[in-house]
Amino acid sequence: MEQKITLRVDGKERTLTVDTRTTLLDALRERLGVTSAKKGCDHGQCGACTVMLDGRRVTSCLVLAVAGDGAEVVTAAGLADGDDLHPVQKSFVAEDAFQCGYCTPGQIVSAVAMLREAKEGWPSVVSDDLDADRVVLDRAEIAERMSGNLCRCAAYVNIVTAIEKVTRP
Amino acid sequence: MKPFAYQRAKDVESAVTTVAARPEASFLGGGTNLVDLMKMEVLKPELLVDVRHLVSRTIEPAHGGGLLIGAGMSNNELAADRRIRRRYPMLSQALLSGASYQLRNLATVGGNFLQRTRCPYFRDVTMPCNKREPGTGCAARDGVQRDLAVLGADASCVATHPSDMAVAMAALDAVLHTVGPSGERTIPVNELYRSPAEGPQRDTVLERGELITAVELPAAPVAAHSRYRKVRDRASYAFALVSVAAALEVRHGSVTQVRLALGGVAHKPWRATTAERALVGRPATEAGFRAAAEAELAAARPLAGNAFKVPLARNTIVSMLRDLTEGA
Amino acid sequence: MTSPNETNEPSRRAVLKAGVAGLGATMVPFGAFEALGAEPAQAAGPVTAPPAAASRGGIGAALKRVEGPLKVRGAATYAFEWPVEKPAYLYPLLSTIASGRVTSVDTRAALAEPGVLGVLTHLNAPRLAWADEPEVALLQSDRVAYHGQIVGAVIADGIETARYAAGLVKLEYAAEPVDVDLRTDRDDLRKPQHAQGFGQLPGDLMNGAPADTSAGDFAAGLASAVHRVDATYTTPVQHHNPMEPHAAVATWTDDEITLYCGSQGVSTPQELLTRAFGLEAGRLRLISPYVGGAFGSKDFSALWGTLALMGARLVPGRPVKLSFTRQQMFTLVGHRPAAIQRVRLGADARGRLVAISHDAVQETAKAKQYAEQTVQASRSMYAAPNRRTSTRIALLDVPIPTIMRGPGEATGMFALESAMDELAEKMGLDPIELRLLNEPQTHPETGQPFSSRHLKQCFEEGARRFGWKNRARKPRTRRKDGWLIGTGVAAATYPSPRLPGSTAFARVDRDGRYTVRIAAADIGTGTWTTLAQIAAEALGVPQNRVTLQIGDSSYPRASSGGFSSGMNSWGTTVYEAARALHAAVDEHGGKVPPEGIEVTVGMPDDPRLRQYEFGSYGAQFAEVRVHEDTGEIRVPRLLGVFDVGRVINPVTARSQLLGGMTWGLSMTLHEETALDHRYGHFVNNDFGGYHIAANADVGSIEVHFLDVRDPHINPMGSKGAGEIGIIGTAAAIANGAYNATGVRVRDLPLTLDKFL
Repeated sequence: MEQKITLRVDGKERTLTVDTRTTLLDALRERLGVTSAKKGCDHGQCGACTVMLDGRRVTSCLVLAVAGDGAEVVTAAGLADGDDLHPVQKSFVAEDAFQCGYCTPGQIVSAVAMLREAKEGWPSVVSDDLDADRVVLDRAEIAERMSGNLCRCAAYVNIVTAIEKVTRP
Repeated sequence: MKPFAYQRAKDVESAVTTVAARPEASFLGGGTNLVDLMKMEVLKPELLVDVRHLVSRTIEPAHGGGLLIGAGMSNNELAADRRIRRRYPMLSQALLSGASYQLRNLATVGGNFLQRTRCPYFRDVTMPCNKREPGTGCAARDGVQRDLAVLGADASCVATHPSDMAVAMAALDAVLHTVGPSGERTIPVNELYRSPAEGPQRDTVLERGELITAVELPAAPVAAHSRYRKVRDRASYAFALVSVAAALEVRHGSVTQVRLALGGVAHKPWRATTAERALVGRPATEAGFRAAAEAELAAARPLAGNAFKVPLARNTIVSMLRDLTEGA
Repeated sequence: MTSPNETNEPSRRAVLKAGVAGLGATMVPFGAFEALGAEPAQAAGPVTAPPAAASRGGIGAALKRVEGPLKVRGAATYAFEWPVEKPAYLYPLLSTIASGRVTSVDTRAALAEPGVLGVLTHLNAPRLAWADEPEVALLQSDRVAYHGQIVGAVIADGIETARYAAGLVKLEYAAEPVDVDLRTDRDDLRKPQHAQGFGQLPGDLMNGAPADTSAGDFAAGLASAVHRVDATYTTPVQHHNPMEPHAAVATWTDDEITLYCGSQGVSTPQELLTRAFGLEAGRLRLISPYVGGAFGSKDFSALWGTLALMGARLVPGRPVKLSFTRQQMFTLVGHRPAAIQRVRLGADARGRLVAISHDAVQETAKAKQYAEQTVQASRSMYAAPNRRTSTRIALLDVPIPTIMRGPGEATGMFALESAMDELAEKMGLDPIELRLLNEPQTHPETGQPFSSRHLKQCFEEGARRFGWKNRARKPRTRRKDGWLIGTGVAAATYPSPRLPGSTAFARVDRDGRYTVRIAAADIGTGTWTTLAQIAAEALGVPQNRVTLQIGDSSYPRASSGGFSSGMNSWGTTVYEAARALHAAVDEHGGKVPPEGIEVTVGMPDDPRLRQYEFGSYGAQFAEVRVHEDTGEIRVPRLLGVFDVGRVINPVTARSQLLGGMTWGLSMTLHEETALDHRYGHFVNNDFGGYHIAANADVGSIEVHFLDVRDPHINPMGSKGAGEIGIIGTAAAIANGAYNATGVRVRDLPLTLDKFL
């Protein structure tokens, strides 16, 4: 069964007809050629497919494309302005916060969204003061908030450093 | 996935009517669990009725000083709400212990209660499973047992309920507000889940087409002094082996109020009423905490592969109550 | 041709803190790489490394990964992402029994599903010209050798339709009894034979080593010992789980067969598939410039390539795309075999070892024997006059195991280095002192000299940096906030082999630009950057004048990346090509003619390779915390000091070692694939059930290397860095957990229930 949907992907409006079974991730990768979001597990268990959906980071493999009709989607490709990389992207390069690069776009979208969440005062389960007005992103906080993005090359130490450096320029 | 039709309901009433009338229809909320299970064909709905945009995403005051939480809120929105963080910290922590930020941004409060078990035999359609296919048997009981239940299980099913949020909700005596084909009703969280002995194929008492619209948290001053502790095989992004939601009030060395619930040990969030009764009115001592935990766990019937959950649950309860006493 | 860093003095020891800052790295400008990822459709032409512009580069330079700007945007093209016209999607169908036969196949419902283009089963699959290699051939008979074997596939217009229709194929089986029990008391254990090179060569074990060795009289030696340890250690099945699932895109036309295929090397799978399909040499082209992790799982096995090519044959004119699901990866691309190891140590009154034995029993598949060098480290780590090692395998109805990061030593050194800790504990000796006391001067079995072995310096440097002298000698004496705290240490070693069979092309143009071409691969290890650095040094020119081309089987043949052999094999070959090119230029009187000069040369033989033992070394330190109430275990600090020879690039080398140590942490605390003994299937076959370390599991990890050139190994002086980081980590953590709790856990993983 097919339905027509419209998505705004990395700033561009895209209209397409999808099988109702198509996930947002497959719509991006297989239909729109937006391969920045990666498929690692297809079950919300790795975070490689992380995109921002209407401003919040989500695992796009568990979103049905039809349910995302009308939504604004941002991938790691959309965070860069052409060759001009987002500060988080630059920091990932500078800190060698990846090796194979497959989880990396998801890590970066996740990090950018995480910094926003922290700005809004969202707590984490390792926050000492659950009710603090200001979130201090120390390494433990960053690690917990980034734990939804697995990295098998295991660049975690550098990922945390890359994000830490963005928060303290 | 089996082919299915998708529609966005216009209003709650029509959504309920549509799903109630079609046995193969299902509500779609955040989709984190439903879409996951549909990919493996554990669930094969032929019609999805999307209700995410219909259900409230706000928190309002409830009569009696409680809060009425819109069931469409995301798990993260609820966890970050100031009222929850101050008045019900265990609920905030339980939410923040679950899954990942990405999943919690999608997952709704209503849907969280209705997560299906993570039992690997339930999730594998080639395996016998009474919950998935009644009458086929339980492959888990004699299989890999690490994640299975130690309390309230039945020969037909030893699966656990995976939610963290629901454990805190059970401790807080939360009440669901629903709309079903026969109208509105309220269901205490502690009465939501059916025992596997009643037939493991149906997890809850919700009727076909019955939609959770809100969750009411009664006022509970004791909850301001509460915590949620999740013990798991990884420091983050893993389901609980055992989790404990606890709230405690101690006056003059004695327990005056306590709320205690366990996760990861049963088919439902396990309200530890036996332990609560054993605690209230008695001295807040480590020995008392231990005795209460042991009283609760006396009913445990562990298997070889999950027997560790009994001492783990006991120790975690004691440790939580000790910490809450010291922090009082 | 000699860089300022180069020296023949092996004694020069500079300990570099492998930090990124302050090493004079030049950032690669971001603009230069459009041709790679942004227009991947054109990349069927040569895939070229982005130039390291404005950089002198060369060995030792702390260069950022040249492809970094592509990867952070998600613009590096992985196998499944190559754009093809009107692709068809293939979804594999796996067996649901562990042993037996397929007795009937009903594809009617699947074929009736709109959008389905075809169904492959053993009844209609192309007959292969070479069908007896189970890691390459599939669907050649009705036999089922393990649960989760490929027994069919559906090809459809849409990715969703293919998967759904696969479930509509009805297969019936005649099941046979399941035998997946690994025990040491089985009467059918056997000595492995012909497992070398994935079973292609005659040696007993994967790396060609013998299954058993002995020297002196072990029994007499043990009897004479004053202190003894006799302990058994178990390690479970583990899975590689690279983030990128194994994927292939196949187009099969009369002119060319192209396979975009994630792989640790392009030549080996190209040759295997060419042979399997009976193709003329060179007709099949395999392209794999970027690989989303591999760790051994994309080395020899080529099942995904086979299946994609079979699919392309079934639907002529349509490119076929295939990606295994995460669940399917648990049975189709190998695993680290479970092992049971017994280690016996005997020492004299002072702590000198007089007897060592290490006996391993390892699981393997009935479908194909894989046997690894689990006991190898015990042959070389410590001096002792009386010694023996043995390897036995149990042939079970399980999927085929394969190499996985640090194959052999990763599990073997967990056993040996735990046993050494147990001996030190018994004797009241410092565990570092015990190890240094038994440091051999030459290889204890062969008597050959070590080309370079700076283990002692690793321990000394590590102990100083870690603050080893502050440790509590008595277990269970340090606690804080409910956590018991301990520290542990272990040694690390891994051979640095050079694999045969690499060839490189080098060219110089009249404008002084160089091109180096070799069918090597970058699986995240940094080859795009480091091989270009080697080429620049070998050519004696700034790196921005060198264009590197890898990842395409149309380039000169290269070995696959594995066993920490990549740089040693490819780098040596590139060095030789550079030498030959210089010689050719000299023949032209030092002038480059208008058409340029090019050479293609094979990797040279070097008699020294047979005269020395080559290996990397390291010392691993761990701080471990175990919760007194819950048994939860955390590793807030790891520190490793490594002797990996001369460091080619401190940025990428540090990342490799960090990754290896984190793997070590992950295998110690989390990783175990659970096998159901009734059905013979892997139960926890996804990331929800099979835990790998998440970000929050990792605390501080410090990596240091002794930057000491190996005098004999290769022109670069570099040893392997891919495996050494994972070796010894498990023992260091388990030893630290013992120091924290007084509980000795000999069975991986160290889950909390073992400390309750």
